Amino acid sequence: MPDSASSSPAATPLAGGTARPLPLPLPLRDIVPWAVLAGALMLLGIYFVGSEEGAFSLIGGTWMHEFVHDGRHLLGFPCH
Amino acid sequence: MMRRLLVFGMLAGFFAGLLAFGFASITGEPQVDASIAIEEASAPPPAPGEHAEEEVVSRSTQKGLGLAVATGVYGIAIGGLFAIACAVAYGRIGTGGMRPTAAVVAVTGFVAVAVVPFLKYPANPPAVGNPDTIDRRTGLYVVMVLVAVLAALIAAQVGRLVSARLGTWNAALAAAAVFAVLVTMAAVVMPVINEVPASFPAELLWRFRLASLGTQAVLWATLGLVFGPLAHRVLSPAPAPARQAGTLARADETRASSQATAPSAG
Repeated sequence: MPDSASSSPAATPLAGGTARPLPLPLPLRDIVPWAVLAGALMLLGIYFVGSEEGAFSLIGGTWMHEFVHDGRHLLGFPCH
Repeated sequence: MMRRLLVFGMLAGFFAGLLAFGFASITGEPQVDASIAIEEASAPPPAPGEHAEEEVVSRSTQKGLGLAVATGVYGIAIGGLFAIACAVAYGRIGTGGMRPTAAVVAVTGFVAVAVVPFLKYPANPPAVGNPDTIDRRTGLYVVMVLVAVLAALIAAQVGRLVSARLGTWNAALAAAAVFAVLVTMAAVVMPVINEVPASFPAELLWRFRLASLGTQAVLWATLGLVFGPLAHRVLSPAPAPARQAGTLARADETRASSQATAPSAG
């Protein structure tokens, strides 16, 4: 990782005089699988709150739209 | 590591969603009720022999459980994405630990996901907006969110590139300037939408929009402040007090495994 190549994980004195370790970045290859899986699921959740039975409709009907109606308005999504 | 960060992100998001629900209930619902009253007063009366529009979901359900589920699900989803953003940002922006990183990511997320789209396409109460244009309005809104998130990523990368030369503070200012220029350009280029009826009370619209922006502010502030300390403990566990032998052994195990994986990060 180029991020951590220059910085040793050992304690580095900072301007304040207190020694504290620089944070070591988490390797991207550990993050990516979680990001893909969780990203897809989370965006699906936001879609159901924000747009199902509005501009798009997977289930059909109006129940979902009416149920989250107030939240959709107040969270800032275009509702109807 | 990532699993625990994601779980804490969703937990913090759920809690943030509950607080947002409380805020929206108190500040937003009176405005939604007033707007629905205007909507119903202006609706044409049902034709003879035709029934009035039936409620699929009652108003009390919409205001209570419906709003709570909407903010809760939204909070969990934003919390999960937030945890991933923090995992990427940690150690890559600034020199702080997870608490300041989470605060910076929360402010950035609030501005990019909520404030910028709100400034261009503000939230509208019931009775505002033509149902025939919902497709176009939704599309433009999503594009505005994506453009703002992309601008934030570009700005963060610019900040990283110049931080060695300019220092952290000036790099943050440069990143903020890049973000502001990019989203301003996008906002100027993207089409204007104004579907507020001339008869709709301006004061009611203002109070609704303020409540909507406040709801998002409560959500993001809670998310950043709750996730930061939780994630901080995941990344730098405090030396376990020797209360129980089992706890100590598990803490040692964790430390040993984190030492074992540390070289692969370098």
